[in-house]
Amino acid sequence: MEGKALGVVLIVCLLCLSACRQTDLNTDGSPAVEEPQTYIENKGSDTLVNLALAWAEEYQKQRPEIQISVTGGGSGTGFAALINGTIDIANASRGIKQEEIDSARALGFEPVEHIIANDAIAVIVNPANPVSQLTLEQVSRIYKGEISNWQELGGEDRPIVKLSRETNSGTHVYFLETVIRLDSKEDKSIFSADTLLLPSSEGIIAEVRDNPNAIGYDGLGYVTEEVKMIALATSANGDYILPSAATVTDGSYPIARHLFMYTRNQAQGLEQEYLDWILSPQAQAIVTELGFVPVINE
Amino acid sequence: MMRRSEAWITNTVRIAGSSSILFVMLIFIFLMREGLPALNDVDFSSLFSTRWYPIEGLYGILPLISGSLIVTLFAMVIALPFGIGTAIYIGEIAPQSVNEILKPLVEILAGIPSVVLGFIGILVLSPAMRIGLNLPTGLTALTGAVLLALISIPTIVSLTEDAFYAVPKSFREAAYATGATQWQVIWRVVIPAARSGILNAVMLGIGRSLGETMAVMMVTGNAPTIFTGFESFIAPVRTMTATIASEMGEVATGSAHYHVLFFIGIILFLFSLVINITSSSLSMRPKRGKDQVVS
Repeated sequence: MEGKALGVVLIVCLLCLSACRQTDLNTDGSPAVEEPQTYIENKGSDTLVNLALAWAEEYQKQRPEIQISVTGGGSGTGFAALINGTIDIANASRGIKQEEIDSARALGFEPVEHIIANDAIAVIVNPANPVSQLTLEQVSRIYKGEISNWQELGGEDRPIVKLSRETNSGTHVYFLETVIRLDSKEDKSIFSADTLLLPSSEGIIAEVRDNPNAIGYDGLGYVTEEVKMIALATSANGDYILPSAATVTDGSYPIARHLFMYTRNQAQGLEQEYLDWILSPQAQAIVTELGFVPVINE
Repeated sequence: MMRRSEAWITNTVRIAGSSSILFVMLIFIFLMREGLPALNDVDFSSLFSTRWYPIEGLYGILPLISGSLIVTLFAMVIALPFGIGTAIYIGEIAPQSVNEILKPLVEILAGIPSVVLGFIGILVLSPAMRIGLNLPTGLTALTGAVLLALISIPTIVSLTEDAFYAVPKSFREAAYATGATQWQVIWRVVIPAARSGILNAVMLGIGRSLGETMAVMMVTGNAPTIFTGFESFIAPVRTMTATIASEMGEVATGSAHYHVLFFIGIILFLFSLVINITSSSLSMRPKRGKDQVVS
């Protein structure tokens, strides 16, 4: 039975491979015969979905003959779709993993990374919470379940309710590596089991807004006026910095990251034009509008 | 000519009828083929351990089973009194005019999409639970159970009511003739006679709750905590269905995570199989129940 299943998988893989080869040949070998591409399928990170939508709308206004469809689902979902070949551009709030590169190579293509914006992860609490600054280590210990009452952090006597995105979110993985493990490769600690895993960024904002016990994290672009951002410091005697475009650009805010788009191979044709436009000042102005931090072109 | 068309119709109906067997078989084979390799990828002991964190290769499914059972059990505790009570009222007590309003309303409740109930759960129920019961968060098993109760009540009501309807009028008339009050008739005659139908309704209600995904995913907080006692009812939990729904989109086909998610599917399938077998074995013997009442 095992052998049979393996056989089926192999056959499917081979079919996919040959299919990929064929399309590659078509686009590479005889571009003149192909209709010019007018449709881009764009999927992935929920952090990026609003930004990607705004870009797509603006770009379609300028070039009405082009259609761009944007969906979310999480960075992992985007990579899976890119590898399965159902989309043209994957949005991601984390870098591609080695195993994802491997499965792409197994199908005969090389994912290419494009940095298209920057983002800070804001740690947020309810506005009624008197705590307004934390060190990264304190945040890490909260999420590991070592600190369970706000009193220990100079707040009120309330239990801490920890909120996180689901595990398919790039923001989740980034937070795990950068905050919980404090960027240490050896550290294998993970979120404590009672961390609530909410399916959307909006869900986290809604719960933090309503619940004075809650702590959450989310991309800066999603943070609204109704929640309070925490100033973070890398050590107890360091400076406590609030996230903003300025502190991300000058590198003083400790948990900021790049946001990416990935293409199946080196982008070309319409994809390349779109990616070039995204790095233009006009498109990067939309980045600022939505609360993210633009990529500086030097 | 007539006969030929009749034969044609008979065959069509036969194919339609047996196709469901085929589909169940295909689904079962597919689940087994995709899920059983999980036992190969992951040690049996770590599969049945207590920590679920798939991106680090921790595939303990016990918290998920425990989460599903907690929510379902609690939902039934809430839904049974309401569901059976409503059915008694509709079937035995309420005058025709009230029934004409009540029955369609119960059917409308059945028609509300669970995602809409989930929205209400997040925006209204969960804050109300947190403030009313002074909980750390309102996203708990309890909130999920209340929504599941709302979802399964219509099923329980209509099936229980059918069971009451199937109790012959002569039973009630005979009881009234001996001078029994209305309550005595309901409690001593109608409910015992309809017992198997009621149990059937309960089983299908359980099945409905166990399989529900969206509403639960939105309000239970999805923290993979394991049952530790009474406090687990008011703590966040993660159900099997919510886990499959939220993680299936990201997994690489054929990975250990993928197989484990299908393995969870097998467990859900087994649960519903047990429920269905129990329910049908119960409804196989309605006659004897009624005979007992008569004797």
